[in-house]
Amino acid sequence: MSTLHRFHGGIHPAEHKQESSERPIARAPLPQQLVLPLLQHIGARAKAVVQAGDRVLKGELIAYAEGTVSAALHAPTSGTVLAVEPRAVPHPSGLPDVCIVIEPDGADQWDEHPSFDFCPLSKAELLARLRDGGIVGLGGATFPTHVKMATLVQTLVLNGAECEPWITTDDRLMRERAAEIVEGIAVLRHLVSPSKIVVGIEDNKPLAIAAMRQACAGTDIEVIAIPTLYPSGGERQLIKILTGKEVPSGRRPLDIGVACTNVATAYAVHRVVNHGEPLMARVVTVTGNVAAPQNIEVPLGMSIAEVVRLAGGALPGTTGYILGGPMMGLHVTDTSLPLVKSTNCIIVKSDRLFPPAAPTLPCIRCTRCAQVCPAELQPQDLYWFAKGRELDKAESYHLFDCIECGACSYVCPSSIPLVQYYRYAKSEVQAQHRERAAADHARERHEARLSRIERDKREKAEKLAEKERAAALARQQAEAAAVSPPSADDAQALIQAALQRVRAQAAAPKNTDNLTPEQRAQIAEAEARRAQAQPVAHVATPKD
Amino acid sequence: MFAPSFVTQPIGVPAIMRRVMLALLPGIAAYVWFYGPAILVSLTLASVTALAVEAAMLKLRERPIRPFLSDYSALLTAWLLALSIPPLAPWWLVVVGTAFAISVAKHLYGGLGNNPFNPAMIGYAVLIVSFPVQMTHWLAPHGLAQLDLDLAGQLAYIFGGQLPGNAVLDALTTATPLDTLKTQLHLDRAVADIFGLPIYGYLGGKGSEVVALGFLLGGLYLLATRIITWHVPAAFLGTLFATAGLFYLIDPAHYVAPLFHWVSGAAMLGAFFILTDPVSGPTTPRGKLIFAAGAGFLTYIIRVFGGFPDGVAFATLLMNICVPLIDAYTQPKVYGTKGGGR
Amino acid sequence: MLTAILIMSGIALVLGAVLGYSALKFKVEGNPLVDQIDAILPQTQCGQCGFPGCRPYATAIAEGAADINRCPPGGEEGIHKLADLLKVEFKPFGEGMAQPKTKSVAFIDENTCIGCTLCLQACPVDAIAGAAKQMHTIIASECTGCELCLPPCPVDCISMEPLPQTVQSWKWHYPIYTMAVTK
Repeated sequence: MSTLHRFHGGIHPAEHKQESSERPIARAPLPQQLVLPLLQHIGARAKAVVQAGDRVLKGELIAYAEGTVSAALHAPTSGTVLAVEPRAVPHPSGLPDVCIVIEPDGADQWDEHPSFDFCPLSKAELLARLRDGGIVGLGGATFPTHVKMATLVQTLVLNGAECEPWITTDDRLMRERAAEIVEGIAVLRHLVSPSKIVVGIEDNKPLAIAAMRQACAGTDIEVIAIPTLYPSGGERQLIKILTGKEVPSGRRPLDIGVACTNVATAYAVHRVVNHGEPLMARVVTVTGNVAAPQNIEVPLGMSIAEVVRLAGGALPGTTGYILGGPMMGLHVTDTSLPLVKSTNCIIVKSDRLFPPAAPTLPCIRCTRCAQVCPAELQPQDLYWFAKGRELDKAESYHLFDCIECGACSYVCPSSIPLVQYYRYAKSEVQAQHRERAAADHARERHEARLSRIERDKREKAEKLAEKERAAALARQQAEAAAVSPPSADDAQALIQAALQRVRAQAAAPKNTDNLTPEQRAQIAEAEARRAQAQPVAHVATPKD
Repeated sequence: MFAPSFVTQPIGVPAIMRRVMLALLPGIAAYVWFYGPAILVSLTLASVTALAVEAAMLKLRERPIRPFLSDYSALLTAWLLALSIPPLAPWWLVVVGTAFAISVAKHLYGGLGNNPFNPAMIGYAVLIVSFPVQMTHWLAPHGLAQLDLDLAGQLAYIFGGQLPGNAVLDALTTATPLDTLKTQLHLDRAVADIFGLPIYGYLGGKGSEVVALGFLLGGLYLLATRIITWHVPAAFLGTLFATAGLFYLIDPAHYVAPLFHWVSGAAMLGAFFILTDPVSGPTTPRGKLIFAAGAGFLTYIIRVFGGFPDGVAFATLLMNICVPLIDAYTQPKVYGTKGGGR
Repeated sequence: MLTAILIMSGIALVLGAVLGYSALKFKVEGNPLVDQIDAILPQTQCGQCGFPGCRPYATAIAEGAADINRCPPGGEEGIHKLADLLKVEFKPFGEGMAQPKTKSVAFIDENTCIGCTLCLQACPVDAIAGAAKQMHTIIASECTGCELCLPPCPVDCISMEPLPQTVQSWKWHYPIYTMAVTK
């Protein structure tokens, strides 16, 4: 048994886990429509490989991972692609983003999905399979797993803390599918070859701990009950608790030889390896102001409205929906939004369960926030700087070490929306960095252009000088030759040379010769387009 | 779009201020027991003035009145000021002090949360500089004065300046134990000798030592309910004790034992209620230690070598000036920057 | 009286010597001010300031020959930063002078373009690809939105397309309270 360590601060919000943790995981029926955003992970948008009208099978790749940090997307059921177009997505901006819309045909017909033995595979190949299986961290951050598991580490930490109130997906998953999680851990072990594997679970989930201990019996996987204290499930906090090590500021856990991933991710890895099933469904807690709070395994892309209906529907007094937990989640009111890979919980909000915050008062510097901050920041100072838009100052006070856990706003006696200030400051700083980089790039290109123009000018001047010199020389020779006129032989040779040049030019292929049929077709098409566009252009520019 | 978190702890600023005021009650009760109800009169006067001035200032600054008036911060300032000045003072003394504290020291600096100085201590400083005579007429505890006033008598004096019969003010007031000590030491009397005077009790002044214990009790309540942290009281009382102890060891005939300094003047009030004011104090744990230690040291120096009867107020204000500097130099290391980090 | 004068002169001499020494010892090479100003300017090279590019404008500001409020692409924020750097008052954009607009990139209507290369020569950052009698195209990621390619185009085939806000470029807003307590 390892000794446990403490992270600084932390809070004990009311848990509200009982509501949803006692019903088994239900399976959602096929919905009317599935909306799958191409960006539901950290990194680059996936690239769609289907278009409207295509028929897709269950588990078929519909978008592939473009770039290193990206993840693939699969059809959660068989059906027809209705559109690939911008739709509302669960994002704080409320801006639409590109989604693949699928209408299920009800057959739920599988594409080929062979399971495979991972042992003989090379590491790179196995990682590629995870990437193509669309596996991302399911704890909420959705960082692509194949990137995280690409480095060898000493310690592999499985995150089963589930510290946010209301959420119980990992709890239920560990209770019901502990053996599968352990099989997923075996795959991850193969990838990162850790000398130690620990599963950290908050001690308010005794049944999950027992189930995991049973499943891990006989292995060297250590299941550790950690004290219930929000945010013990934060990656950096959990690593501190279990290993005593701190992830250096601005670095990643890999840099201290630790890989940390959610238990649900391990389960998804198991599905992709041992069943050939890519990530296209997840367990989500539906709780709060609903008739039957519970966990449901839901295909990705199902709308919030349909998911909530499965849990008995929203009760009267509903004021909105929180995607994720009440500490870090996203508040939405649009129930047509799709469920995405990061959605571990849908809390139906009501004023009874979530009383509106008291009116905001000025900060009295009581430092309750600093006392609970798990990143050991001085939130009151960060707030002061963010409020005064002193972004440099905020940055130097470690703004970017903030994990946005919301512990500070939870305890703030003045009800100041602190996290919102930090998010504002962070995104402003990031935008400034982007702009700075763009400006530097533009400056470089401008300077390159100026130096090129300068060089061209110089070269032209040199050429001119050369020519003048040559001309002067020629003049001198001509003057010399004028004394003795050219012989007929010389003149003949000159004419011959000129003729030869002309013939050579005629023989050279033109760029419209030797074209392939496709190129010809393209030219014809372009001509047609031009002909079509011509009248439009005339209308558009009456002065013609 | 709302920001996280969607759940909050139900303890707001008003609740914090209320608890601090609640913690003042044992001290106030002891005050009433030993000195009569005059303190209740000045507390009421200060409260009414504070609320009126607060409302007027909010109106002038075009801020919402209701949420700020009900945050209890003005009332707390008023109480702390009333407890720092002699209870049997003319009514205008407490009114002027409170009005100055709320209007200038608090609102002219931006109101709640923005004042760099402790408003109550600013009020005290203004009064002691402007009206030094009135500020030194402290009531003698029951049984020590030639004349004990009942409530009616105290009211008559506070509002009308009238004393029964031909009594003079000196008949019912006295210098504070701290002040007496200083005066007597100047007259070359030894400490042990001075402590034979009737105004002294077991540890400090008769009566006032019990009031100090009352404040200590309230302070422990604040610690237990985590309204304040241990840093400020511990560092303040510790430094005061250590400094006093050092001088006492050097020359016990001229320097009084350190416990006397704990229970005299505003030491306990300062340690738990005044220096712990979050707005004008530092925010970092190490900063709090430095701040309170500095205040403890300065309090002793001002008490023993300075010209004012007590040192807590000026020590607080002097250390308030240093707060931004202290905060800047005591920033704690954040997660991930310890041990060879950045 | 004489001693006082002597002491004061002595102090002045010593301090002067110290200042003179440190001026030599800590001399800063080059003119970092121009670099600092140039670092704030957005490098669109648009010339809206009246100078042929960002660096000339930076030089002019450093010499005191130009105001700080003549760079619309830098926005008010840019003016604030310049004001901070130069320790001068903030100055809003002048009336009747160029005003900031939303950031855009140029777009060439390929059906109208005649391939004259005039815009290629105008582009300060080489963000237009093309050759004589070939259709030209803007490399959107390199375009600074300076609009310098608009006037030379003989067929008016270039337009400015505002950059749309996307999920990736979106920024969190400055928090707005339920109660207007502080501004």
